[in-house]
Amino acid sequence: MWLKDSSIGRKLVMSITGLCLVFFLLFHGCMNVALVFSEEAYNWICSILGANWYAIVGTLGLAFLIFVHFCYAFYLTIQNLRARGNDRYAVTARQQGVDWESKNMLVLGICVIGFLVLHLANFWFKMQFAELTGIETSAFDPQDGAGLVKFMFAGNGAWSIVLCVLYLIWLAALWLHLNHGIWSALQTLGWSNLIWLKRIKVIGTIFASLVVAPFAVVVFYYLGMGIGMLLA
Amino acid sequence: MDSYINIKVKVWRQAGPKAQGHFETYELNHIFQGASFLEMMDILNEQLIAEHKDPIAFDHDCREGICGMCSMYVNGHPHGPDSAITTCQLHMRKFKDGETITVEPWRSRAFPVIKDLMVDRGAYDKIMQAGGFVSVNTGGVPDANAIAIPKPVADEAMDAASCIGCGACAAACKNGSAMLFVAAKVSQLALLPQGKIEAAKRAKAMIAKMDELGFGNCTNTGACAAECPKSVSLANIARLNREFICAKFKD
Ligand code: HEM
Ligand code: SF4
Ligand code: FES
Repeated sequence: MWLKDSSIGRKLVMSITGLCLVFFLLFHGCMNVALVFSEEAYNWICSILGANWYAIVGTLGLAFLIFVHFCYAFYLTIQNLRARGNDRYAVTARQQGVDWESKNMLVLGICVIGFLVLHLANFWFKMQFAELTGIETSAFDPQDGAGLVKFMFAGNGAWSIVLCVLYLIWLAALWLHLNHGIWSALQTLGWSNLIWLKRIKVIGTIFASLVVAPFAVVVFYYLGMGIGMLLA
Repeated sequence: MDSYINIKVKVWRQAGPKAQGHFETYELNHIFQGASFLEMMDILNEQLIAEHKDPIAFDHDCREGICGMCSMYVNGHPHGPDSAITTCQLHMRKFKDGETITVEPWRSRAFPVIKDLMVDRGAYDKIMQAGGFVSVNTGGVPDANAIAIPKPVADEAMDAASCIGCGACAAACKNGSAMLFVAAKVSQLALLPQGKIEAAKRAKAMIAKMDELGFGNCTNTGACAAECPKSVSLANIARLNREFICAKFKD
């Protein structure tokens, strides 16, 4: 199977799964921004998604994408380490125009997935999971997503501040991963030439910022609220 | 102004393919900065021979940047710290008095060390043999206007064809990937009418050979193009990806 046995096939799988995740995050981020404007609006969106069949299919699809992306990431990186040979260079220099993140995609990806586990435990487990199983996983009604978010990010004293900072680190890692990942995915798909090479790099940076910004806005919003509550 | 400098050269010494290698540091005095890097290596070897020591084995041939033999990793850069040149085009004026210059062979699983700084780059020849050609003899030289080719396309093919197969791309790549080389060789033919006919077959055959020989997966870091002595563009890699993916979907 060429998607597994050829290097470009493996890269194709990486890029398609990566890009699908980017589109999901874009959607997820837009949804979250509703929190800043109106908690009712957010809860209304949650009620549409909740435990409906399409939300469940979506969640399973996402789990599959992340699983494939994750497995291929390790498969690729191990092969690449082996291709490098046993002797390492004694002196390595940085080349101009080569981003740090492009050489550390696995590390950044692992940061992203580490925080993802935290995120699922904090929110998904208490919202969709609770709704699905009917088990009471927190003091909050699964329907009141906004209340839960507000408590976690602002209403939980110093812990809220810590959580906000952790989320900001997560978002930074994600931005770096995507700053390289998006243009790299387009290059892998062959959507580049002498002129578009420079353009897709800019597109990658813009897209990475667009994906991360809505999440960051929400975190900063609650961070401000949390600090206000602590000081009050 | 060029003047005379005293330097230390830290060189990788390895007796044979299976032997354990190590670094050896040599002092070299009164080197003219107008000398080329390989002339400096020659002076060092003369000094070693005078001391009845084994001279350093290194590859070189044309000494004018066209054969691609002079594979040396100098101070962390394939072909040294200057850009868009080969090691043989590197001059000692790039180095300062008292500096320690570290010289290593290409390090990549597909390029095993033969001796000291010499590596076996036969892997690139094998990739070429797998498909880097046009199968039919094109006969005598046809009239230049018989097949019209747009100038930008001809230029891009020429730029791809400037690849000298030196191996710096795979040597510089953290993933040990040969994609820039293969992309250049696929592009120089795929862009032109005679080469287009076999483009899909060629891309598949060359990539299959590249994977079989143990080169890594490209993750688009771009180190290859930054270090390439002929400034071959990353855009060629996109073309290779396109050719390959389209060919596979057609199968
Ligand atoms: C969940 C959010 C994630 C998104 C949106 C994402 C996105 C991407 C994208 C777009 C690419 C570029 C594909 C390409 O270059 O062909 C990529 C590559 C990569 N990702 Fe992720 N990724 C995510 C999670 C992860 C995780 C959890 C890991 C690690 C376990 C990871 C590791 C990698 C690696 C190693 C590459 C290869 C670098 C490359 O091919 O350029 N990613 N990712
Ligand atoms: S692409 Fe550049 S670095 Fe790679 S073999 Fe050709 S000339 Fe050397
Ligand atoms: S010796 Fe021929 S390119 Fe350097």
